[in-house]
Amino acid sequence: MNARGRTDPKPHYLLALAAQERWSRYEIAFWLALIAVYFLFPDNLMLAAQILITGLFAVSLDLILGYAGIVTLGHAAFFGLGAYTAGLLTTVGYTEPVLGLLAAGAVAGAFGYLTSFLVLRGRDMSRLMITLGLGLLLHELANEATNLTGGVDGLQGMVAGRVLGLFDFDLYGKTAYFYVLTVCFLIFAVVRALMTAPYGLSLRSIRENPQRAVAIGIPIRARLTNIYTFAAVIAGISGALLTQTTQFVALDVFSFERSADLLIILLVGGTATLYGGFIGAAVFLLAQNWLSTLNAQYWLFWLGILLIVTTRYMRSGVLGGLKNLSHLATRRRHGSRA
Amino acid sequence: MLHFLGLLFDGLAYGTLLFLISVGLSVTLGLMGFINLAHGVFAMLGGYLLVLLMGRFGIGFLAALPIIFVLVALVSLVLERTLYRPLYKSTHLDQVLLTVGIIFVAVAGATYFWGPGQQPINIPGWMNGQLAVGGLELSRYRLFLMALGAAITLGLVFGLERTRFGAKVRASVERPRTAEAMGIPVERVFQITFALGSGLAGLGGALGVEVLGLDPNFPLKYLVYFLLIVVVGGPGSIIGTLSAALLLGVADTAGKYYIPQTGAFLIYVMMIVLLLMFPHGLLGRRKSI
Repeated sequence: MNARGRTDPKPHYLLALAAQERWSRYEIAFWLALIAVYFLFPDNLMLAAQILITGLFAVSLDLILGYAGIVTLGHAAFFGLGAYTAGLLTTVGYTEPVLGLLAAGAVAGAFGYLTSFLVLRGRDMSRLMITLGLGLLLHELANEATNLTGGVDGLQGMVAGRVLGLFDFDLYGKTAYFYVLTVCFLIFAVVRALMTAPYGLSLRSIRENPQRAVAIGIPIRARLTNIYTFAAVIAGISGALLTQTTQFVALDVFSFERSADLLIILLVGGTATLYGGFIGAAVFLLAQNWLSTLNAQYWLFWLGILLIVTTRYMRSGVLGGLKNLSHLATRRRHGSRA
Repeated sequence: MLHFLGLLFDGLAYGTLLFLISVGLSVTLGLMGFINLAHGVFAMLGGYLLVLLMGRFGIGFLAALPIIFVLVALVSLVLERTLYRPLYKSTHLDQVLLTVGIIFVAVAGATYFWGPGQQPINIPGWMNGQLAVGGLELSRYRLFLMALGAAITLGLVFGLERTRFGAKVRASVERPRTAEAMGIPVERVFQITFALGSGLAGLGGALGVEVLGLDPNFPLKYLVYFLLIVVVGGPGSIIGTLSAALLLGVADTAGKYYIPQTGAFLIYVMMIVLLLMFPHGLLGRRKSI
């Protein structure tokens, strides 16, 4: 690394990057806690699986929004494509779930790759509109193609296969939870490795300053197409997970509300933090679970209020807020020492 | 041929309504570059105010319209002060989230006060029914809509091209910084145009109850239409917005009549194709957002 000798310390930015690459104990605790959930809340495993799936979906949005800075209002398009692919596959006889995940990822990824050229052409406003349009387009398509998708009634005739031919899905969501947790962890590990690698750094520099990114030789267009496709694959897989764990596909996998909710989830959790998606999903779904038992309309109202307040006062999300707090705490400690 | 003319007439009336509602959004976007997805909320508010004024207070249809214009403009001024203004310099994402939040609150509020169903109104008797013009049966209400729309368009163009305030608006849209440097209070100009635009949206929403319908999902249902018109028309351009609105109105009406099975599909395809073909708007303004 350094020709001048072993004692020469690495520059601080390399040290900081290396520290980012290492799994911290909080992260290990986070994943261990998820395993503990299985034993602590055996009655709520379905909800826990939903949170993980939504979290994974939010992580995929984080890749393009948080890291690459591409705004979108139609991320549910990929989720829905994955959900319907996994569901339709079981109706024609391919019931093995892992196969369904791969197929869902491939279909969503292909759609992501093809549409990335439309989306990446313009600036923020036209990106918003094209993604919104594509999302609504697929929603309408799924709505109209009733003989394929079942339309408003949802996809009929799904069959649940065994995971890898070994594990049956049960009524309590035990298999489902471990299955979802495993898939989430594997994908997350890949995402984490990518985002701490120079690849992730190049995305950030594109977001922060495209001109300079070009100047230091980052192929902007290729990187953005690339990450957009990758995010689509993950979104498709999370859609497939939802299908497989709930054994049902409803039309609302494509809805605008799903895309908008996801933005909220990511913002509440914190963008470009890797874990923000999961934290946001937990906060969001638990709140929804609690509030919507009161009244569905109240939920929408509070959601709106939450959005307005978040954009005004909580720009860095829950994780960012915690980080700020810890910074404050360390500064105070250092202050008292001085 | 006659049949097609009738369809064209309906489409133009529909387009006029869309124009009235969208023109304010066009100015917001062109002047401040602010992405206001909640513009439809002002239109919905206008619609509900009409229901309220006519039903609860027994005010006549025509008398209610100017009241609605003023009320919605005032409400929008309050929102501009408290919610929109702090985010002018923020990222587009923040603006999107804020305005989606406003939509959600409005949808929930409308459902709370008026219920989830469609709201019927009674337009005055002399506007009901048809008028025979050269073999065509034209709806009186739609004729009234188009006449009003034409009058408002003329007023807007005159105001923008011939008055001192209009000149300030044009200068602020074209080069905000230079305008500021020349002593034009850009923010004040914006505030007034924002209120006027929202008032017009309220008026359009009120007039549209009969044509577009009115339920709590209104701001989401027509969001794509408003955005499409503004972006295709070119932000900040009145004639561009008008032509885009009329085009969309006719295309949507014709599409729903000739190929009803596609549903809203056509409009989304049109949106994507138009955006890709005219990334800078129909009239080719250079300003891109």
